[in-house]
Amino acid sequence: MDARVQPTSRLPAPIQALKNIVLFLLKSPTSTFGLFVLALLVLMAAFAPLIATHDPYAQDLANTLQAPGNGHLFGTDELGRDIFSRLVFGARITLTIIFLVSIVVGPIGLVIGTTAGYLGGKVDTVMMRITDIFLSFPSLILSLAFVAALGPSLNNAIIAIALTSWPPIARLARAEAMTFRKADYISAARLQGASATRIIFKSIMPMCLPSVLIRLTLNMATVILTAAGLGFLGLGAQPPLPEWGAMIATGRKYMLDSWWLVTFPGISILSVSLAFNLLGDGLRDALDPKQVNRR
Amino acid sequence: MSQRRIRFYGAAGQIGTIAVTLLGLLLLTFFIGRLMPADPVRAIVGEDATRETYEQVYRSLGLDRPLWEQFFYYLGDVFTGNFGTSIRTGQPVIQDILHVMPATIELATFAILIGAGLGVPLGVLAAVNKDRWPDHVVRVFSLFGHSMPIFWTGMIALIVFYAHLGLVGGSGRMDQFYIGLVEERTGFLLIDSLMAGELDVFWSAVNHIILPAALLGYSSSAYITRMTRSFMLDQLGQEYVTTARVKGLSRSQTIWQHAFINIRVQLVTIIALAYGSLLEGAVLIETVFAWPGFGQYLTSNLITGDMNAVMTCVLIVGVIFIGLNLLSDVLYRIFDPRTR
Repeated sequence: MDARVQPTSRLPAPIQALKNIVLFLLKSPTSTFGLFVLALLVLMAAFAPLIATHDPYAQDLANTLQAPGNGHLFGTDELGRDIFSRLVFGARITLTIIFLVSIVVGPIGLVIGTTAGYLGGKVDTVMMRITDIFLSFPSLILSLAFVAALGPSLNNAIIAIALTSWPPIARLARAEAMTFRKADYISAARLQGASATRIIFKSIMPMCLPSVLIRLTLNMATVILTAAGLGFLGLGAQPPLPEWGAMIATGRKYMLDSWWLVTFPGISILSVSLAFNLLGDGLRDALDPKQVNRR
Repeated sequence: MSQRRIRFYGAAGQIGTIAVTLLGLLLLTFFIGRLMPADPVRAIVGEDATRETYEQVYRSLGLDRPLWEQFFYYLGDVFTGNFGTSIRTGQPVIQDILHVMPATIELATFAILIGAGLGVPLGVLAAVNKDRWPDHVVRVFSLFGHSMPIFWTGMIALIVFYAHLGLVGGSGRMDQFYIGLVEERTGFLLIDSLMAGELDVFWSAVNHIILPAALLGYSSSAYITRMTRSFMLDQLGQEYVTTARVKGLSRSQTIWQHAFINIRVQLVTIIALAYGSLLEGAVLIETVFAWPGFGQYLTSNLITGDMNAVMTCVLIVGVIFIGLNLLSDVLYRIFDPRTR
């Protein structure tokens, strides 16, 4: 009955696959950089209280706008708060955004895409029209509209970003589902009397999962930039939260005299979004058989 | 005959698709505008209005009617060009937008020229040197442009090029003392100033547009570079390229006169799409550079909670996107002989 092929190594198959992918990524210096930055981000977020040198919310009005050095690695802001510590705690916000957007967008995109792809016909047409409508806006503009209506806050920004970033995932899942729809094992399941819901959830979705996960990674660079943009416009995280985009927005008033207020949060956003882009680039190579053969 | 019929049905189908997408767009903006917590009546009457005033405005906006009826009124308004009045400026929203649009179009056009001028040659360079160092350098350079938070790069560029080096003008479309000097005819400052023969104003305007346009252009060049590279790789892998080389054409002749000629159509279509996505960057960069365009209009209305104006802006961006998609489709059909 058990027809599953046992992997040759002792590690479970998914972990083995992950290990292979990581090994492939480490061969390229740019992907290694991406992995390194993301590992740093996770470590910073996990051990923020240990890494931070000051309390990120503690104001010190005697020491406002201090230049880097002098006990403050990256200087202090207009309320005398330590910028380095705020950046470290900001990593938690960034990770929260990434995590929440992923767990909302992944399932929505997957359900809509696989249902449309498997059922085809009118359901497909209607669902893909809806997807196209969402795709006809740049993600930042549509997020802006949602946040404007919902009211500015970090949670609403996350909801807005999630609402606008599922369409590419749905598109991808649909394309994948359409290739599996005609497969023999699906016909077999149908002949045995499995319902459409069962087939979609049990047979089609697991097959679409890997490519959806990769696509999510690729999208994270955009998600981070959109979140930072919303924060910058004052529509995302609200003060005193140390969100990087919001930090740049407050630092803007002082930028000509105190460059460090905007420079360091900006470098943080840039590094993380660059890391996701480089990693996504590497992942595409790692998982695209066409690319591998060409080498 | 039958060929013509196929083309007719193709065009009809496309028009149908566009109509459905437009309707969906309207539905989306309608629902975001009406169903979400922001109270349109409060925005008009203010916090401490009497109950009677509130009720009166509530009814005059048609909010007591069923939703589907409201939607039909909204549709009617949109098709007669009535997008409501902006609470902030007191002007009809559409008039406001028409007034600020030229500034953004001017910026975006300048930016796309820079983006394409940078992206296309770099893409070709990367494709020709695939997997060698120029390819890697171009890849990192363009990913950098794609990864930077443009509002931040804008500030850093202002600090460096304006505050420290003094090479370019600061924020706004021109230096402060030129404002109001040139009569507004087209709304495009570069054209208006030339028409009025005010060269000083023209150079001031160039000085001010160059920095935001360069940043926007750089960020859009990432996409253009990547696409150019992959189109070029497709062509270079084909046998006619080898044949051309075997027949004795030089490397650059093969690249520019054979392979590049064949990707022109695809390039035009992706540049049209890149032009649309510049709008997104424009919202942020206009805020940083105090550029009195569409993006700044949108964000300042967001902050005051003027939903009429915000939703109209969103709708217009959607329409522009659909239009550009259609345009790139049409261009493809016109220029690519195979689709005839």
